[in-house]
Amino acid sequence: MSSETREWRRFDRRRRLGRSLGWLVALVVFVGSWQFLDMRLVAAETVPREVNDLLSRMYPPDVAYAGEVVAPLIETLHIAALGTAGALVLAVPVALLAAENTTPNRATYWLGKVIVTVSRSVNTIVWALIFVVVFGAGPLAGAVAIAFRSVGFLGKLLGEEIEEIDFGQVEAVEAAGASPVQTLLYGILPQVKPALVGLSVYRWDINVRDSTILGFVGAGGIGVQLFRAVNAFAWGSVATILLVILGVVIASEVISAYARGLVR
Amino acid sequence: MAAGERTWQRPTVFGRRGIKWAVYAAVVAFFAWSAWGVGADPSRIVRGLGRGVTLLGDFFPPDATPRQAQRIVDKMVESVAMAMVATVTGIALSVPVAFMAAENLAPRPLYYLNRGFISISRAFNAIIVAILVVKAVGLGPLAGIVTITFKTVGFFSKLLAEDLEDIDAGSVDAVRAVGASPLQTLCYGVVPQIVPRFAGLSVYRWDINIRTSTVVGIVGAGGIGSVLLTAFNRYDYQYVSAILLAIVLVVLVAEGVSAVVRRRYQ
Repeated sequence: MSSETREWRRFDRRRRLGRSLGWLVALVVFVGSWQFLDMRLVAAETVPREVNDLLSRMYPPDVAYAGEVVAPLIETLHIAALGTAGALVLAVPVALLAAENTTPNRATYWLGKVIVTVSRSVNTIVWALIFVVVFGAGPLAGAVAIAFRSVGFLGKLLGEEIEEIDFGQVEAVEAAGASPVQTLLYGILPQVKPALVGLSVYRWDINVRDSTILGFVGAGGIGVQLFRAVNAFAWGSVATILLVILGVVIASEVISAYARGLVR
Repeated sequence: MAAGERTWQRPTVFGRRGIKWAVYAAVVAFFAWSAWGVGADPSRIVRGLGRGVTLLGDFFPPDATPRQAQRIVDKMVESVAMAMVATVTGIALSVPVAFMAAENLAPRPLYYLNRGFISISRAFNAIIVAILVVKAVGLGPLAGIVTITFKTVGFFSKLLAEDLEDIDAGSVDAVRAVGASPLQTLCYGVVPQIVPRFAGLSVYRWDINIRTSTVVGIVGAGGIGSVLLTAFNRYDYQYVSAILLAIVLVVLVAEGVSAVVRRRYQ
């Protein structure tokens, strides 16, 4: 009988409609955006050629330039380290505010959430713009910018760790007559210490990447050299700097992964 | 017994206590060197704090003339449009890269080639990529799109490749066993297993791309970033705070949309 042949479908009619609608909206937005930006396909076609041209000018890297990169590179690492340390100091109170089980009341909880959100929404380079005005051009502005950007990340993730701790231990310490500081040190800290170390190292790794760009707005680090070399069309030097950055970033990633492996 | 008195010490991850203290000392020494190298003396910080308070006063209240407000809207729309186009192109390019960067699907040389490409894309900050692309293709949103596309490929391919490496080989074998061609195996054995993750990752990356597209303008790659830099350079701080407010708002909306969509798919 013909009615025996039934078709199997993964979704019912309503969900199918919803999914096609989602695709349609995405397509319309994509095409609309393309139209809005007013780019002819011709322009997009030249991209591979231009990029190829750039790459051919960068090769070979200017090895003699490597010596001049060492000092700014060390400055970059200083910015990343100091920024991470500063962020950690600032993030612990923020995390305590933003965790539902340690925050004193609703208002402080929202305060914590607002700090986390604002810190995360504003890019490092924008923070750097602000702190160059405050501290003047130089690596100090960069370190503070890195710290402010990292507070949101550390505060959010550390807050989530604090929310998951065993509160019985905290109550036990309190019951033994501990002061709030002692409760923090003996009830909460030991439980989040591995996460604290892991997250800090992870953020440090991200901060090494981020601190390579601070030079573009005058906040120190290897970005200054890169910016100068690009503006002088010294493509060989640019290639050297890029290789150095690549090396440092990969090295920090390896160190970070190893350290996180230790505390896990 | 005197020997019965024993103390317990927590084991350390370093294996030996000596190594532990050596690592701690090295880290502290490095921080001290950093503080000295960066020039973070207390008097400078206190002076900076004073100026920070002044600046905060200048920021407040956020304000923009109607023309400035119009400019914020225009450039913000440009940022969002850039993010949209770059997300689509980035993901389109990521799919082949991801398949070639999955250890269980790609031949060795291709695997290393694509892994290398992913590492390069991830190592360089979007601003660095943007400054190079601006030199190559000129100022404007096209540079932004190329930049964000390039960054998207590294992120997306890496995560997608990891998912591809985790797929259940049994269902792939089953499809192959009924006589499917390699292409059919890919379509019916591999792809259905990663579709939900694919959707989640796309939306997640779209969210990140919106954030990125708001700053690449600082080096001339289109979007709201250029307006922000100009306002900063003209010391028009109330306008700056209006722009920052707009950025935070758009980023929050994107984050909200992304969270909702990801929850529905996973």
